[in-house]
Parts: sequence; C-alpha cells; structure tokens
Amino acid sequence: MNQVNHINQAVFAVRKRTNAIGLFLSMAAMTLGMLFLLWILSILFIKGFSAINWAMFTASTPAPGSEGGGLANAIVGSMMLIGCCTLISTPIGVLAGLYLAEYGDRSKVAGITRFVTDIMLSAPSIVIGLFVYALVVAQVRHFSGWAGTIALALIAIPVVVRTTENMLQLVPGSLREAAYALGTPKWKVAFWITLRAAKSGVITGILLALARISGETAPLLFTALNNQFFSTNMNAPMANLPVVIFQFAMSPYDNWVSLAWGGSLLITFAVLGLNILARVVFREKVQG
Amino acid sequence: MHLAALNSAMPSSRAIRVAKLQRVQDFLFHRVTQFFAMLVLFALLGIIASLLINAWPALHEFGFGFFIDPEWDIGKDKFGGLIAIYGTVVTSLIALLIAVPLSFGIAVFLTEICPGYLRRPLGTAVELLAAVPSIIYGMFGLFVFAPIFADYIEPALAATLGKIPLIGLLFSGPANGIGMLCAGLILAMMILPFIASVMRDVFEIVPPVIKESAYGIGCTTWEVVSKIVFPYTKAGVIGGIMLGLGRALGETMAVTFVIGNALRLSPSLFAPGSSIASTLANQFGEAAPGLHFSSLFALGLALFVITFIVLALAKWMLARMEEKQGLKS
Repeated sequence: MNQVNHINQAVFAVRKRTNAIGLFLSMAAMTLGMLFLLWILSILFIKGFSAINWAMFTASTPAPGSEGGGLANAIVGSMMLIGCCTLISTPIGVLAGLYLAEYGDRSKVAGITRFVTDIMLSAPSIVIGLFVYALVVAQVRHFSGWAGTIALALIAIPVVVRTTENMLQLVPGSLREAAYALGTPKWKVAFWITLRAAKSGVITGILLALARISGETAPLLFTALNNQFFSTNMNAPMANLPVVIFQFAMSPYDNWVSLAWGGSLLITFAVLGLNILARVVFREKVQG
Repeated sequence: MHLAALNSAMPSSRAIRVAKLQRVQDFLFHRVTQFFAMLVLFALLGIIASLLINAWPALHEFGFGFFIDPEWDIGKDKFGGLIAIYGTVVTSLIALLIAVPLSFGIAVFLTEICPGYLRRPLGTAVELLAAVPSIIYGMFGLFVFAPIFADYIEPALAATLGKIPLIGLLFSGPANGIGMLCAGLILAMMILPFIASVMRDVFEIVPPVIKESAYGIGCTTWEVVSKIVFPYTKAGVIGGIMLGLGRALGETMAVTFVIGNALRLSPSLFAPGSSIASTLANQFGEAAPGLHFSSLFALGLALFVITFIVLALAKWMLARMEEKQGLKS
C-alpha cells in the first residue's frame, strides 16, 4: 500500500514538473512575442514621428537630390488602389463563398474551387504580380493603376472567399432548416438567414483582406509601379505608399529614408486603426 | 407540387406564380454564385498558363538543368535557378523552426493560462502583429535588427554552434548582419503571429465539456493541452503552420531588405544570398525581353510549383487526419 502511494507521489511530482515547464515555456513565448511587437512599434513611432510634418501630406515625392518633399501622391494613389480593389473583391468573394457554403457539399466544382482558393490564399504575391504583368501590362504596354488593382484583387478575393465560407459553415444547420420549413427559397435563406447570421464574420474576412493588401508591395512593383507626380489617372502608372517606401528606404538620400519611415508609420497606423475600429464596432453590434 | 400536398387545398394561382418565380431565382442564384466561384479557378489556370508561356524560352534553352544550375550570369546570358531556390527553401525552414514552437506557446498561453481580463487585449495584440505589413518588417530588419544581429548575435552563434563540426559550417564566416539567417529570423517574426492566431482560433473550437471532463479527472493544464486540445485540433494546427510556410516561401519585401541579394551559393547561413522572390523584385524591372526575362518567369514558376506542392501535401495530410478522426471536412 505504502509502495503504491510512493509511486503515485513520484508520478504526481513528474506530472507537476512537466506542467510547470510547459506553462513556463508558453509564457516565455508570449512574452517574447509581445516584446517583438513593442520593439517594432516603438522603433516605428520614434523614426516615423520625426519624419511626419505638414509637407508630407501636401507635397509630392521629391526628385533625387532635392530637399524636402512629401508623400501626397503616394497616399492618394494607395487609397484609390485599395478602394477600387475592395469594390471589386467584396462582391466576388462573398458570392463565391456563398456558393461554397451552400452548394459545396455535393458539387465537384466546389471541391476543386475550395482547393484552388486554399492555394491562392498562400500563393506568393510576387507571382501574382508577374501574372498581371503578363496579362495586362505586357498587352497594353504600360504600367497602370488598374493593373495594380487587379493584382491586389487577386490577393484579396481568396481571403474573402475562405473566411465567408468558414463563417457560413459555422451557422447552425437548424437555423437553415427552420427557414426552409417556412417555405423560404434557397437564395433568401442564403442572403437573409445564413449571411446575416454570419455578418460580422464576413466583415472580418473583408477587413482581413484589406489589411493584407494595404501593405502589399510585391505585386505593385510590376503593375502600378510608381509615379513621381500627383496623378489620379488609373490608366497611368500610379504612386503608392508601399512601392515608394521600398524605393526610398533603399536610397542613399537622407530625406528619402526619412520619408520612407513616415510612410511606414502611416501604413501601419491605417492597418492597425482599421483593425481596432472594426473590433469596437463589432462588439457593440453583437451586444446591442 | 409539395405545397399543394401540404395545404391539402388547391393552390391559388398566385402561390404557383410565386413558386415558379422562386425557382427561377434559386436557379439564377446557383449559377451566379457558381460563376464567381469558378473565377477563382480560372485565375489559377491563368497564372499557371501565363507563367509557363513566358518561362518557355528559358526552359527550352536550359532544360530541366535550369533548376539545378547555380550559375546566373546576365552578361553571358546564362541562367540557372539553384541559388534562388536554395535561398527560398533555407530561409523558410529557418523561419518555421523558430516560429512554430513559439506560436504554439503563445496559442496555449492565450487559451489556457491567460487570466480572463488579459485574454482579449493580448489576443488582439497578436492579431495586430500579424496585420503589420511585411515591408515594415523589412525596414525594421534592415535598419534596426541587422546591425544588432551583426554585433551581438552572430559572433555569439559563431562562438558556440560554430565550434561544432559539420553544423559549425552553417555558422561560420564574416558577421555582416545581412544574410540568410537574418532573413530567416525576420521571416519567423513575421509568420509567428500569423500561425499563433490561427492556432488560438482552432484551440478555442475545442468544446469546453471535453476540457472540463479532463480537468475533472485531475489532469494538469499541460496534460489537457497535449492530450486533449492538441489531438482534437491537430488538423487545424498543421493548417496554420502550412499557412505560415506558404507566406514565408513567397514573402518578398521582408526578405529582399535583409537577405543581401548576392547570387552566390555559400554553406554559411551568415552569408548573403537570394530568394526567388527577392531576385524577381530586384531584377524584373530591369530585365530586357529575352532569356533574362524568361528566366525570371521560370523562377516564378518554380516558386509557384514549390508552394503548390507544399499546400497540396498539407491538404492531403489534413484529409487523412480528418478521416482518422471521423470529422466532416
């Protein structure tokens, strides 16, 4: 009896130790992750804030060697690209997600599409840039804002499709069945019951897609390229923050590098602000 | 007419009209959503086709040897993709090696250990870290991390791991800061929150009843995590890791800033190298139509194929696990 107790005690000690080690490592990982976040953000704030001034929002990007300058053309360009991309990718993504969720169980097309979307979700963005270059830029023989929009949409759509589908799958089947029992046609069930029940999830998907594309640089390098001057012509090369940051950060001019930090701070602000705002709105909606 | 049978009365003409209209609407709804779903399919086919067409001249000229030839000489018009492919694979593996255990720890902390009032703010912080654009990581890596890396971390690694035979070769050479190891670390920082937030999401799916029963028979927190939560969510965890790997393989900006963009093959991880994505970002703009241009497309094709295989393998593994667990896909 005593011996059994002794063994039990030993086993218990081992289990407790394993538990303590596991939990300690887990806490250490969390601390490390938070330190990374604080480190990156603090550097960004220190370097970015010293670069931000009024001229940054009013002046266009400076020519090589000249003093001062701002990012006005890049800021407007980025907004136009992202706005157009959202308008294109949201309806396509949500409708495709609806198809996968509502007809996905039986149809072969849905199975293949789901597989392809998963691939596209992680497809290297620079390859999408190559594709749009070959598809659009090489055909019309000049870089353009539209080409950039298409490249960004190709990245955003899979994100919207997959999250929409996942969120719709989470809607309980009994809700659908209740609607069907009342004689509701399928499309009304999809739009007014399941999609509504999963609304906040679908919006999360769209926001995730937005956050993903706001900082995308690689696909814009070969499509929208850059424009030193202020331009709102979507048919011409278009300045945008990520590409400007990339070119300026690698440059030897001090004012360019400083502008790159300012631009980085702006992008990060926009992305993080959007995220936080969305969360606040959701929480109120869910509770209200 | 089901309606008629149910009502046991003759349906009014209006009811029939509505039923017909609804059937047309349902048909349209089906086809329209299907069309948009197919668009994604066509996009993928288009990508593969355009890459193949544009890469064909290079593949025709150099054959399969393109992918195992380390020579990339623009002057001699002789191109091989081995260096870039090697750089891509090595940096991604370094990133996974570091990011996977860390993100597992973070996910466990957020779901099991964290006190309730900290759960939401910390979870949000991880998601925000995942939202930071990759170009920011690149700037951070180039201007802040690489100098520190060269001054402190690389000498320390060379003095410890560098002394071990064979493995030491990986940690030898001049400490520049910028290089493959640095690129791998920045990539790890980048995909870490991504994997962690996916893992946390799947951990939260585990029904509380199962966890509570485990606690009820006296399991420790770690036992609940390793024997209940992890087996239950294995498929999701691997999915999250694969998502991270996919991002790491194709990541352009974070890598281009810190990998050094040297077209050399070196055994040391300290040495500058190139990844496929960084080569494309650096050279595509200046490439003249011809073999150089086409070779870059061939590299893009290689990158796409590597990612495709990784993701297809992941899906296959997920399907097998779901079968084993008897879960619905």
